[in-house]
Amino acid sequence: MAGLELLSDQGYRLDGRKSTELRKIQARMGVFDQADGSAYLEQGRTIALAVVYGPHDVRGSRAKIQHDRAVINCQYSMATFSTAERKRRPHGDRKSTEMSLHLKETFEAAILTHLYPRSQIDIYVKILQSDGGNYSACVNAATLAVIDAGIPMRDYVCACTVGFVDDTPLADMNHAEESGGGTNLALALLPRGGQIALLQMDARLHQDHLDTLMEAAMTACKGVSKVLDEVVRQHLQETVILTGE
Amino acid sequence: MLKYKTFVKKTRSGGILKVVREHYLRDDIWCGSEVCVECKDETPVLEKDPCMESNLCTFPHYLIPDTNVVLHQIDVLEDRLIRNVIILQTVLQEVRHRSAPVYKRIKDAIHTKEKNFYTFTNEHHRETFIEREPGESANDRNDRAIRVAVQWYSKHIPDSANIKVVLLTNDRLNKEKAEQAGLIAYKCEEYIKSLIANPELIDQLALTSDDKNEITSSKILFPEHLPLSQIQAGIKSGKYIQGTFRANRDNYLEGNVFVQGEGDESTEILLQGLQQLNRAVHQDVVAVELLPRKDWVAPSAVVLQDDGPKAEDDEQEEEEEKKLQMKQVAQQALKPTGRVVGIIKRNWRPYCGMLSVSLIKQATRHLFTPADRRIPKIRIETRRADSLAGQRIMVAIDGWPKNSRYPNGHFMKSLGSAGDRETETEVLLLEHDVPHLPFSQNVLSFLPKMPWTITDDVMKNRVDLRHLCVCSVDPPGCTDIDDALHCRDLENGNLEVGVHIADVSHFIRPGNALDQEAANRGTTVYLCGMRIDMVPELLSSNLCSLRSDVERLAFSCIWEMNHNAEILNTRFTKSVINSKASLTYAEAQMRIDDTSMNDDITKSLRGLNKLAKILKAGRIEKGALTLSSPEVRFHMDSETHDPIDLQTKQLMETNSMVEEFMLLANISVAQKIYDEFSECALLRKHPSPPSSNYDILHKAAKAKNLVIHTESAKELADSLNDAEIDGFPYFNTLLRILTTRCMMQAVYFCSGLDSDFRHYGLATPIYTHFTSPIRRYSDIIVHRLLAVAIGADSTYPTLMDKHKQAALCNNLNYRHKMAQYAQRSSVAFHTQLFFKNRGILNEEGFILFVRKNAIIILIPKFGLEGTVFFENKNKPSPKMVFNEEIPTLTVEGHTFNMFDCVRVTISLDASNIQHQKIRMALLEPVIPGVSVPPPDSEPEAKKMKLDR
Ligand SMILES: [Zn+2]
Repeated sequence: MAGLELLSDQGYRLDGRKSTELRKIQARMGVFDQADGSAYLEQGRTIALAVVYGPHDVRGSRAKIQHDRAVINCQYSMATFSTAERKRRPHGDRKSTEMSLHLKETFEAAILTHLYPRSQIDIYVKILQSDGGNYSACVNAATLAVIDAGIPMRDYVCACTVGFVDDTPLADMNHAEESGGGTNLALALLPRGGQIALLQMDARLHQDHLDTLMEAAMTACKGVSKVLDEVVRQHLQETVILTGE
Repeated sequence: MLKYKTFVKKTRSGGILKVVREHYLRDDIWCGSEVCVECKDETPVLEKDPCMESNLCTFPHYLIPDTNVVLHQIDVLEDRLIRNVIILQTVLQEVRHRSAPVYKRIKDAIHTKEKNFYTFTNEHHRETFIEREPGESANDRNDRAIRVAVQWYSKHIPDSANIKVVLLTNDRLNKEKAEQAGLIAYKCEEYIKSLIANPELIDQLALTSDDKNEITSSKILFPEHLPLSQIQAGIKSGKYIQGTFRANRDNYLEGNVFVQGEGDESTEILLQGLQQLNRAVHQDVVAVELLPRKDWVAPSAVVLQDDGPKAEDDEQEEEEEKKLQMKQVAQQALKPTGRVVGIIKRNWRPYCGMLSVSLIKQATRHLFTPADRRIPKIRIETRRADSLAGQRIMVAIDGWPKNSRYPNGHFMKSLGSAGDRETETEVLLLEHDVPHLPFSQNVLSFLPKMPWTITDDVMKNRVDLRHLCVCSVDPPGCTDIDDALHCRDLENGNLEVGVHIADVSHFIRPGNALDQEAANRGTTVYLCGMRIDMVPELLSSNLCSLRSDVERLAFSCIWEMNHNAEILNTRFTKSVINSKASLTYAEAQMRIDDTSMNDDITKSLRGLNKLAKILKAGRIEKGALTLSSPEVRFHMDSETHDPIDLQTKQLMETNSMVEEFMLLANISVAQKIYDEFSECALLRKHPSPPSSNYDILHKAAKAKNLVIHTESAKELADSLNDAEIDGFPYFNTLLRILTTRCMMQAVYFCSGLDSDFRHYGLATPIYTHFTSPIRRYSDIIVHRLLAVAIGADSTYPTLMDKHKQAALCNNLNYRHKMAQYAQRSSVAFHTQLFFKNRGILNEEGFILFVRKNAIIILIPKFGLEGTVFFENKNKPSPKMVFNEEIPTLTVEGHTFNMFDCVRVTISLDASNIQHQKIRMALLEPVIPGVSVPPPDSEPEAKKMKLDR
């Protein structure tokens, strides 16, 4: 009986959460003045920083220009000190390229790009501390940053991971739970309409379980959206008070 | 709506990495008591009138044991008497970390409803969580956490309920601190002693550190063991060597440390004398230090039994040790010799054996002699020595202090009178580590609810084969039917053959308690007149058993074949079948032979039989071996379950018919799962034996002027077929028995970690076990892999993890080996029972092996193997010449060759009640002074003809 017991007989996870409970999410918007939009987000111990520039003219190759919509450029990176094991993380390694691509797809589905033809929006996300669910933290942080930049979106994009242990879905897995092996499903959702911006899974799962898992993921994403909504409203209120209107 | 809890970060350091984890605290964790009105617990576990009558605690109370009490006194906690216990999460985690077997046992107790054990998740409770203080050790912190939880309970449970909580701890400091805080705390021992209902529970208490001092003399007998940190540093620097200690069965002052080197290499280090053994017990992982070359010794050939307590006069022992060392030996016989400097891991288990009652009357300390000769005697304390004498009992070791000649232990339970069939069966199960306790409530809770029906949900991913004329063929009395077959003509002129295997993996879901239990058991164990199931009976004999005229779930392997038994196409599917008949081999044979029968079942059987013959011929053509081992079956008295007759197993055409299709299914499935999961397919291989294994076979054949070729399986099979001697029909069987002994053990392995897949005996490049999932866990895994491969079921992480699978294979191989040994022991014991009341028999046998001072005889009639020794303690040895080359043994002028026919007497030697054995003595040929006179009463057995 090696390894960790991810779910106790009493229904508690390693960190004391129940299976459907999310980690504590804390976030701040507008943390950088020189960017058009920015946000700092803690999802448990995973910390992400997102910065948005744009929309602006397309830089570099003119071939990228889309005549009917804005181009979205995403860059994902991890801080050297983000994991327990400190190692140099060169830019553009396979994992971050893949992650960048996923983020790009996610936000292409959410941002109303057709409002800004022939322009470009840059989204930079950095993981400052990693403790599982990096993708979700990035998406959630980037959503706030995009809102901060005042770029219209169809809805919040909320992301959450769900694992599957002992036939029970575990919402918002931390690093210890992710490394326990098993299915890990990441979902980015536009909660109001229930549209899926991105769905990713990297292990086999029987189709019988997919519905349960999807449902759990949807519920989790909706939980995230409530928190993000609160953050946005709080931020607005603060801004309103500051500007004295 | 989610509520965020105050949140605290918890740091724990492991190695260089600093691991930080989130730790959420909650206020919705209930206390679990029926009397509580505050908590919103719907099904409280702890009773409102807990009743454990005790002299110390005259009030109703709940118990809270600390970690060490759970670890060491699990035997007591498991007793029916102990109920209403709160197991703290802190305790549970520590137990899990420190002992997997105890963790499993305490979990079983928690799952047993009648025990009313409640797990309190104190580490996540807002009011009971504490942080480690600077300078506080992890152990102290946990002790404090336990005290805080006890405190919380005493405040939380309303005064009106009049229920108190009692902390059980053997740690004096912990107890003092608890008492200072106004808590009720007792030492485990004093509490158990105070229980009115069962005074005998005291004997099951493990000895705690305080007691040890009383028992042992103050004299230091052994060198101190080094602390683990020093051992690890020593191993790193090469000063010490790590290995597994193996005690010598025949000499208690000697042992070996087996050191696993790189790859397959391994070395052994000899240990001699109590000081060098330094309290290592068989199977412990130890650290040894090599002695300088001048101190090396040779293994002694002396047989030494430890004859009992010598606490008073150690001189005799020293004598014996000297005897070992005084012997002058040749330089090359010297072996690397070392001494144990420390214990890395104890591998103690409960031991079976008998009590050697102390000669002093009224003494409560006695020595216990384990059945396994490699285990030292154990000193235990009991007040029931008189009633335990003559019984088989179980004892656990608690510790071995440096000033004690023997390890200290405690009595666990009595197994019954020595010599009884039930008792001896229990002993052999325990000694072969066969898990055989009734399935726990927790395990049973994962069984399907009865009445069980096939719902639409079950029919998903499953084809309906109920219309097929399927039947099963098994030995008589078989209730766990794993396999059924069918064969029918197709319209295109070809044949469709189906092998349908019980769909056990449908009922046993990965990872649950039922699955873990089955994985641990690994196999069903068949003993004489008894079966120890791998899965609960509801599955093995009912829901999974493919009985006739009921609908059963199956995993089917269906081939389309032409009339030359060539496979044209293979299909795997989950299915539902309805077997039309459960036949015995004999019944099936009769149907095939009876030309007047022409029903569908019979036609199907004939088709199968015809194909099987072609398949078998093809297999033999490729070099598959048909080996033989003398297998016998006891006829049991239905009332007393004593063996009343012996019969060698008879093989019919239908046996081989079923076998042929099982082999084919296994091969087809092996190929399929390997194609699909090349990294993690569970396969079975049978390595070809190293050529030196065949030496004895070559010599034996040469002595009979025959040549056996062993370069390949094919050549071996052919030369075995040709090896016949006129007028000696049993010779070929003997040769095959001998060949069997040359073989390697077939083993399970994970395809991702091995490159040699061949199955030598079956002459197939790939093989696995698919056809007996009711009785073998390997087959369940193979079913799961196959189900994933065809999209009929889902996968799970451990299934795809080759290292976890390799670990599983190790366990399965171990369990299979142990099951085989247990089976042999059971046959041996029943053979003894059989001979018990038959006096001295007079039988014909053949010499199987020739040894230096003995010949080993096989009695075909009983399938019994025995040794005739030519040396006798009380008589001068006869003149013996041993020629290893042929090999022969010449005794007083008579030369014994292998395969010689001899006559022997057989009788039961019951002089040592723990080790009864069958004794054989030579009758014919008559050698004066060596052979014995024929027994007086001619047994009726002689009338019967030899069953060749
Ligand atoms: Zn309560």
